[in-house]
Amino acid sequence: MTALAHAAVDPGADPAAPAPRATKRSWTAYVLLLPGALWLGVFFLLPLVQLASVSLQSRYPGFPGYYYRDVNLDNYASALTDYAPHFARSFLYAGLATLLAFVVAYPLAYAMAFKAGRWRNLMMICVIAPFFTSFILRTFAWSQILADEGWVAGTLNFLHLLPGGNIINTPVAVIAGLTYNFLPFMVLPIYASLERADPRVIEAGGDLYANGFTTFRTVTLPMSMPGVLAGTLLTFIPAAGDFVNMELLGPQRGKMVGNVINDQFLAIPGGYPVAAALSFTLMAAILVMVFLYVRRFGTEELV
Amino acid sequence: MSTTSPPASATSARSTAYRPSAAKRAQVWLANHFAILSAILVLLYLFLPVAYTFAFSFNDHGKTNIVWQGFTWEHWQDPCGVPGVCGSLVTSLQVGAISTVVATVLGTLMALAMVRYRFRGKSASNVLIFVPMATPEIVMGAALLTIFVQGFANIGIDLGFTTIVFSHIMFCLSFVVVTVRARIQSLDPRIEEAAQDLYASPMQTFWKVTFPLILPGILGAAMLAFSLSFDDFIITNFVSGNENTFPKFVYVASRRGIPAEANVIGFSMFVIAVLLVVGAQFVSSVRASKVKE
Repeated sequence: MTALAHAAVDPGADPAAPAPRATKRSWTAYVLLLPGALWLGVFFLLPLVQLASVSLQSRYPGFPGYYYRDVNLDNYASALTDYAPHFARSFLYAGLATLLAFVVAYPLAYAMAFKAGRWRNLMMICVIAPFFTSFILRTFAWSQILADEGWVAGTLNFLHLLPGGNIINTPVAVIAGLTYNFLPFMVLPIYASLERADPRVIEAGGDLYANGFTTFRTVTLPMSMPGVLAGTLLTFIPAAGDFVNMELLGPQRGKMVGNVINDQFLAIPGGYPVAAALSFTLMAAILVMVFLYVRRFGTEELV
Repeated sequence: MSTTSPPASATSARSTAYRPSAAKRAQVWLANHFAILSAILVLLYLFLPVAYTFAFSFNDHGKTNIVWQGFTWEHWQDPCGVPGVCGSLVTSLQVGAISTVVATVLGTLMALAMVRYRFRGKSASNVLIFVPMATPEIVMGAALLTIFVQGFANIGIDLGFTTIVFSHIMFCLSFVVVTVRARIQSLDPRIEEAAQDLYASPMQTFWKVTFPLILPGILGAAMLAFSLSFDDFIITNFVSGNENTFPKFVYVASRRGIPAEANVIGFSMFVIAVLLVVGAQFVSSVRASKVKE
């Protein structure tokens, strides 16, 4: 967060500006900031406070959908014990999808930064363009592509490479869908940090008799680390909270935590408190993971 | 992959003495083109579901549009033929337009404050802008649902069009701030100083110098906001009540099989967006070449 604040400091700010002018300026800043900050306060912070309060409410016995104010920590106990497998699946599938997205995105980002030449803008458009088709339509298209009658499952079955016989309605399909859906969030930050890197530094690695892999590991990858870090976060966070891929591609049983939250809020009467506790736990878990991850791999440049 | 070029040139220097075997040459060629080949494969992978969406918009399907059953123009001739599909599209366009305008204006003001001024509470504002982008949509959706149902309903605002717009403005706002802020940061402050040296008032400096320079960033942010709003499903699903947006219509329909009319609309939106982006690129490159002259 401090790095975030750091990046926003005006590089062109004049430290020698006269004092009276500076006070007038800061007053203008609040006027500019106020409408947006108010909006975020009312529609982001306030709802989170309400969600926290709901996560501690109890329901009236016999009146589904009615709650009273309380400090009922059972909701959290239930979230952490009954739904532990759902959390585990969410983080496992999101983690694997993030890893796969990294493997798929890196060569593309690399090619865009160093090999594309005048095709660079066109490739950029190609990366973003598929995302102008509704993401539910694309996920549904994956359910057609991976269907038992489809060519992917057909080919794999013909080669006897598919032990279970099908892809659709398995965790594999969910991970494939998550990988696909958040790929641009991985490609674009990696591309942005590679584009800023000096290709001559990479060439120098080769000149110093490093082989391709060593150069990549010791020169290229460290230079793109801010992008990799941002990309993995931008992929992992939405993937861990997603329920659409599981709903459209996944099995009937063994859902992710996003599905539980969605069902508890919208389909099950009286589900609010536990669902709110689940949401809060999910958010806290992600924040902790992000914090540890950034501390481990973070650089000064991040966000 | 540039690392492979020194050995490759060494090979060609020696090639007067002997020709490397075909296998060796293939290996070198592959090493040189590995990145670009895999990039092309990844792009094909990205477009595969779009191609499916396009192909199945011509499917002469019965009740469910899942397996290919034959070719027809029917769905393209009457995309509104299925009840609800065009209504939901209009709702999505309206929500997208209102959210984009409000989020872009509020976000641009915030970005200006964040870059151009020093003030108390700046790092707190930074966190306030950053955290919504790092919060899973399902948590935001759940939080908004609780406040709308347990708070806003008491003052006469029920789940529906209004609550969708309120929520969309919120999650678009941070992305607008980040995009516009990057553009303002890349400006040379001396340009504005020059304007002030030439006795332009602060207002004149802003509208005649700063604003035209940051306009491409603002337009990019607006486009991003619109596409985020238009494609949002998870938050909308929580706060929409009985109102149907296009993604929600598609999701609800997906249980029975999405009608091909939705594919027609989805693919048309894709074509329109691509044309807009390519057009914008073209205009900016023409402008850039004019500036060079």
